[in-house]
Amino acid sequence: MLHTVNKSPFESSSLKTCLSLAKRDSDVLLIEDGVYGALSGSAHTSWVAEVLGDVRVYALEPDLKARGLSKDKLIPGIEAVSYDGFVELACVNDKIQNWL
Amino acid sequence: MSQAKKFMYINRHAPCGTAYAVEGLEVVLIGAAFEQDVCMAFIGDGVFQLKQDQDTADTGMKNFSPAYRALGDYEVNRLYVERESLQERGLTEEDLMPLTWEDEDDDWAEKSSIHVVERAQLSDLIEEQDIILNF
Repeated sequence: MLHTVNKSPFESSSLKTCLSLAKRDSDVLLIEDGVYGALSGSAHTSWVAEVLGDVRVYALEPDLKARGLSKDKLIPGIEAVSYDGFVELACVNDKIQNWL
Repeated sequence: MSQAKKFMYINRHAPCGTAYAVEGLEVVLIGAAFEQDVCMAFIGDGVFQLKQDQDTADTGMKNFSPAYRALGDYEVNRLYVERESLQERGLTEEDLMPLTWEDEDDDWAEKSSIHVVERAQLSDLIEEQDIILNF
C-alpha cells in the first residue's frame, strides 16, 4: 500500500499515526508540508529513521525545493522522487491511503 | 500624529501548505504604511518561512519568499526568530535567508533584520507589545 502524508510532523500527528499503522514493506510518500518529516537533525528524525528498515519513505522533490530543503538535508534512506515517481508509486501499489 | 503603538505579528505556520504565511506578510507590508512600531516573531513552523533557497517553480505556486526582503525598506527590521524552534527543526541561523535594512542614523550601514532569540526573551518581547496579531 502507498501512504501519503501532507502535514508537518511539528503541527500534526499524521506522520506518527501513519508510520505506526503502516505495514512492513509499505511505501510512504511525504508531500506538501509532510516533507518536513524528512528533515535530518530535527526533533522527529530519530523515530522516523527507526522505521526506515520496515517501510520505504519518499519525499516529493518539487515540494522539498519549494520549501528550500535540499536533498542533503534529508534523513539518509529517504529518497526524493519527482512527480513521475509519485505516479509510479501510485501505479505499483494496489491501494492508496491519504493521511490528510 | 498620535503616539505609535507597538505591533507584533506572530508567524507560526510553514510557508506553502496554507495561506497564513503569505496573508500575514501582506498584512505586515500594508500595515507598515501606517508608521507604527512594527516587529515580527517567527515561532514553530513559522521559522520555515525564512528558509533560504525556496524555489516553487516546479510546483506551479507563486514564490512569495523574496517579498520578505522588502520588509527592511518598510522599516520592519526586527524579525525575532525563536532559537528553540530552529533547533527542533534541525536548522541554524545560516539556513535562513539574509534579510537586512539600512540604518539612516548610522551612515546607512546595512544591518541584519534577523534576531535569533531564546524563548524566554521572546516571551518578554511579546509582553511589551500593545497589539499582537497571529498568522
